[in-house]
Amino acid sequence: MSNAVSTAPKTEAATRSAAVKSGQRDKALAWLTVPALFFFVVFAVVPLAGVLILSFASWDGIGAIGSAGLSNWFSVLADPGLYNALGLTFLIMIASWLVQTPISLLLGVFTAGSQRYRAALAVLYFLPLLLSSAAVAIAFKALLDPNFGLATGLGLPFLAQDWLGVPHLAVGLVIFVIAWQFVPFHTLIYQGGVRQIPKSLYEAAEIDGAGIVKQFFHITLPQLKYTIITSSTLMVVGSLTYFDLIFVLTGGGPGNSTRILALDMYLRGFRANLMGPASVIAVILVLIGLALALFLQRLGGQDKQGSQLEGM
Amino acid sequence: MWYLSGEPNQTTMQKAVDAFGSANPDNKVAVTYFQNDAYKTKIKTAIGAGQAPTIIYGWGGGTLKTYAEAKQVEDLTSWLAENPDLKDKFFPASFGAATVNGKVYALPNQYVAPIVLFYNKELFEKAGAQPPKTWDDVMSLVKTFNDMGVAPFSLGGQSRWTSMMWLEYLLDRIGGAEVFKAIFEGKPNAWKDPAVIETGTKIQELVSADGFIKGFSSIAADSNADQALLFTGKAAMMLHGSWTYGAMKKGGQNFVQDGKLGFVQFPIVAGGKGDPKNGVGNPAQYMSISSKATEKEKETAKKFFKDGILTDTVIDTYINSGSVPIVNGIEDKLNTSPDKDFLNFVYDLAKNAPDFQQSWDQALSPTAAEALLNNIDQLFLKSITPQQFAENMNATLGK
Repeated sequence: MSNAVSTAPKTEAATRSAAVKSGQRDKALAWLTVPALFFFVVFAVVPLAGVLILSFASWDGIGAIGSAGLSNWFSVLADPGLYNALGLTFLIMIASWLVQTPISLLLGVFTAGSQRYRAALAVLYFLPLLLSSAAVAIAFKALLDPNFGLATGLGLPFLAQDWLGVPHLAVGLVIFVIAWQFVPFHTLIYQGGVRQIPKSLYEAAEIDGAGIVKQFFHITLPQLKYTIITSSTLMVVGSLTYFDLIFVLTGGGPGNSTRILALDMYLRGFRANLMGPASVIAVILVLIGLALALFLQRLGGQDKQGSQLEGM
Repeated sequence: MWYLSGEPNQTTMQKAVDAFGSANPDNKVAVTYFQNDAYKTKIKTAIGAGQAPTIIYGWGGGTLKTYAEAKQVEDLTSWLAENPDLKDKFFPASFGAATVNGKVYALPNQYVAPIVLFYNKELFEKAGAQPPKTWDDVMSLVKTFNDMGVAPFSLGGQSRWTSMMWLEYLLDRIGGAEVFKAIFEGKPNAWKDPAVIETGTKIQELVSADGFIKGFSSIAADSNADQALLFTGKAAMMLHGSWTYGAMKKGGQNFVQDGKLGFVQFPIVAGGKGDPKNGVGNPAQYMSISSKATEKEKETAKKFFKDGILTDTVIDTYINSGSVPIVNGIEDKLNTSPDKDFLNFVYDLAKNAPDFQQSWDQALSPTAAEALLNNIDQLFLKSITPQQFAENMNATLGK
């Protein structure tokens, strides 16, 4: 999203001379990436390699590690539980995107403005961001308890559903709680994005007689293109790791109805002591995450360096 | 050492550790407390990572077997032989689940905890009903209480091992103790026994008849909400471990003290093969010593096992909190306790049971246990049939 501003007005000549300079500096600057590279290798590449190796091993997490060849892969790929988890993961991913994007976009536009009470309201919107997933899950679990929860406390019988005990309600609730927790974060991203849009664009539109709705669709939305891509990438890739919240809220239940891929991996590995199959799922998760991130980057178009403020 | 949070046991253990610490200032024991469900995962991970506490608390059985086979816990056989007083102190039956391939890897401690059918006496009086003696009684009580607007049974179904207790007793009453013995030994097609199918069918009939409280599948036993439903009169009965007696006494606002808590053995099933005196539950809790600990830590742990765990004070505390410690010769103490009715009930149940089956999720290997709990959850939700349940479980035999 910062592309939109970092390459603001520049003449062609300036761009060319900058390119020459940066070519000389690149070698020296390369050394500056060493610390980051070190952490990336130690905390990302090494564990990844470990998981890949474990996916061909049989290990109960306690005893000795033995070789299992391809049997873990065959058994996981033949297990209907994997496809259930995959389907659920994508369902929650898509539903989360559909619910969160419009809400956080509108809230972001609203909080970027300068209305009265805006600051006070914005603080309220951001509160969920301060809470840990486990705390959010425990709070919702207590509030939604069909016998001792909010419904009984406030005398609202329609709230007294078995929210976490009926499969489709539990899935819906998980999507809702995820949205409740993450909308503030994406609102913050959009707020930043909206504030970068030059005022002059809106002034010009007003002179041309465009109303608020037209301004939103013809200026705000197109200007936020990269912000939307960034936020969506975080949402979609992040949804692969909605583990803590669901783990505390439902534990994957009732039955297997909220057992998403990350949870499936954990339960297989740490509850059933099947580290091999769990590693297979971990590898699948990594592949899906990489594919999605690449796809979304593509969506942003090839001319990543192109400015959206051309001619300003 | 690591131990479970939750009263009254947490205070009891803390007192025991404090007393041992002040008597042995050079060999102190430090305790960290965890919630039950969280602990079961954490301890496995810690042992696998070589970060286990010196004293490993557990329930024996299949999990202990994995530890022993991976040489993560000390063999205590010879140490116990050197300390016959200690060995003779405990109920002989409590060593069964601590023994792997003829060697003892854990010291039994704490109390015997059979699964008991608790009921709310007040609600039964109101309904003019008697506690169930047969499965038919259970089904007719379900109707009685549903008509009264009270849930027949409380259940913390999200914890899954709570639902499992129903299967343990039903399978025993229908098919006898041999059916699970065959499963435990991994005999081919042991899960496909007709008794398993009948058990599953009966469970689903009970679920369909609204036998369990609304929302049971989202109630977790760790929050004790299932017990609260019983003592607040929202549910009439609850099948649960005898340890909940102490917790309800402490948390139930005089419900236990006023004599409103009733308890009976699990009902019989007409035509069933099981002995009605059979029990299921935890024969004891267990403590092992990590083989990764230093010699000094091991010595401290052994000293603690010998002098610190089941001292007379601790035994009295357990009895006062409504539990039956697994030590011989406590009949007099039980009889003078204000909770003597319950304590004697538990003591007799444990002592007279021709067969006392250890909880399945502890007896089986962790892999089979996780599959079992997952399938039980689905069975209670009616998302699989009893036949599918039997088939799914059959695939885990020998794993």
